[in-house]
Amino acid sequence: MDIVLQQLVNGLTLGSVYGLIAIGYTMVYGIIGMINFAHGDVYMVSAYITAIAIALLTFFGIESFPIIIIGTLFLTVAVTGAYGWVIERIAYRPLRNSSRLSVLISAIGMSLILQNYVQLSQGANQQGVPTLLTGAIRFTVGDGFVQITYMKLLILFISLLGMGVLTYVIQKTKLGRMCRATQQDRKMASILGIDTDKVISTVFVIGAMMAALAGVLITLDYGAFDFYVGFIIGIKAFTAAVLGGIGSLPGAMLGGLILGLSEALFAGLISSDYKDVFSFSLLVLILVIRPSGLLGKPEVEKV
Amino acid sequence: MSNAVIKKTLLSLAIAGAVTVAQADVVIGVAGPHTGAYAAFGEQLWKGAEKAAADINAAGGLNGEMIKLVKADDACEPKQAVSIANRLVDSDGAVAVVGHFCSSSSIPASRIYEEAGVLMVTPASTNPTLTDQGLPNVFRVCGRDDQQGDVAASYIVDTLKAKRVAVIHDKDTYGKGLADATKATLNAYGVKEVMYEGLTRGEKDFNAVITKIRSVDADVVYFGGLHSEAGPLVRQLREQGSKAIFISGDGIVSDEFVSVAGSPAYVDGVLMTFGAPPASYPAGKKIVQEFRDSGYEPEGYTLYSYTAMQVVAAALSNNNLDPVKGAEWLMSHSVNTVMGKKDFDDKGDLTVSDYVMYEWNAQGKYNPVN
Repeated sequence: MDIVLQQLVNGLTLGSVYGLIAIGYTMVYGIIGMINFAHGDVYMVSAYITAIAIALLTFFGIESFPIIIIGTLFLTVAVTGAYGWVIERIAYRPLRNSSRLSVLISAIGMSLILQNYVQLSQGANQQGVPTLLTGAIRFTVGDGFVQITYMKLLILFISLLGMGVLTYVIQKTKLGRMCRATQQDRKMASILGIDTDKVISTVFVIGAMMAALAGVLITLDYGAFDFYVGFIIGIKAFTAAVLGGIGSLPGAMLGGLILGLSEALFAGLISSDYKDVFSFSLLVLILVIRPSGLLGKPEVEKV
Repeated sequence: MSNAVIKKTLLSLAIAGAVTVAQADVVIGVAGPHTGAYAAFGEQLWKGAEKAAADINAAGGLNGEMIKLVKADDACEPKQAVSIANRLVDSDGAVAVVGHFCSSSSIPASRIYEEAGVLMVTPASTNPTLTDQGLPNVFRVCGRDDQQGDVAASYIVDTLKAKRVAVIHDKDTYGKGLADATKATLNAYGVKEVMYEGLTRGEKDFNAVITKIRSVDADVVYFGGLHSEAGPLVRQLREQGSKAIFISGDGIVSDEFVSVAGSPAYVDGVLMTFGAPPASYPAGKKIVQEFRDSGYEPEGYTLYSYTAMQVVAAALSNNNLDPVKGAEWLMSHSVNTVMGKKDFDDKGDLTVSDYVMYEWNAQGKYNPVN
């Protein structure tokens, strides 16, 4: 029993991070109908910025954990957001009116550029950040125990907070209304006076910021990263977005949680050898039953 | 003579000069992960080979010809290993190769070297298949995973008296091979593993596997793989409150293991099988000191790479720089190296392996046990 509960805890924290990154895929798809394959590498860049931010803050003599984490979050989210903006300017805006295929290729190209840029400038070695927050809460269950580290609690809390704030922004604010209008019909929105270029930029920035949130949390928790970490986690988050229904915000979060939980439960109770095989089979199964994903709306061909 | 003619003459002279120099060189490839997640090992290989070549050249080279090293980067990927092996053979004209590092690269590359008649001496690839293929050109100056697994398994059974052993690997040729070798010896000693599972290379979250390790109540975790996964694994193991003893092989013998684990506190007490310390050989002690004087700490496979270059040099210089004859010669002659006298059997393996158990401490350094 304690083991099943522990796997639920593992799966929830992993899933909430997948969900955070999936938001970037789903929002970009929602607004311009393309998959941003450089998104995983934006996450990777944010891991490096996290390490640099921690180093900077400690260099200026800041020692207390709350200030370091808030400072790191703030710096990393801001810098990574700027990366998102620049990437959209360079790789996507010039191709706005080209075929979807060209944009896809430029996204993959962007991904390779980011990987090589980081590898060349930061070295190919594994990097690590020291452990900052230790300790855990333990519950006794039967003869075993279930534990959740303070770091994992922080991950859950900050990702839920991030998702909550984002949902509020999209549902209730003027910016959110502009995003939704652009998503529904870009031409009409621009006729009605919405600067759709600006909205698209904003969506890239928001996606990058959410990935940065995940980058800070994961880097602080696992400590280790290299220029290649964006690949696997990017694929997983993309899967989560498709699973939940690409284009749908709640779908991205739900997809992330389902993927994280199914991975943890399968690896923990059956075998970690076939964990990814299971997750991707699940994806195929769901797409066969519901081609638009769990919370996605079926796409209507516009005439 | 007009200006243009002078220029042309100078140019052709320069080209002729370059060609003569190139002919006088003995080209030797140093193949390994010079970039990528395992670049730390590539650096060890390069530093060792570079210093050995410089020392040999300073002593007059090979039969009067200078060694010229070519760096070949396989990033520890089999496909890239094959393509750089072809490049070394075809366009660089290498007669011998020191490398590769990863067994999954060494095995496919070794066949290309065999076809081209190039001598291959690996400082680090320990998978048994590499020499079991029966290729005449392949040698190694490190031990085999079955020997390494034997040392680990007997330590687990005899010294630790462990009954519940979890065996984890990274599904790669090296990692899984090492885990399998250890598991086989454990079983031969009558200890059945309580868990045997693979994890995915490149991932950083191993909490699910670790919860499972906790659930089977393992007192020893044996991991076959490299430091990039071993670091997060041991860290998350401790974070989940497991006190199980963590044992791995020579894939974690790098300072990066400590930084990837997050802090020396996590690697404290981690056990590792690796070759006997270089300082236990008189010649090794001197080279280690020279490395340190130049500001480089020769950890891990640096001295193995130095040794591999010495083996290559001995084989070539005693056989008129013919790599095929050199390979034959190595089967029946011993070579004096910085790591002692090395003898090879007819497969290309060392006749004597020198694995011992090391323990990492709370300062993030490793020392032989006892």
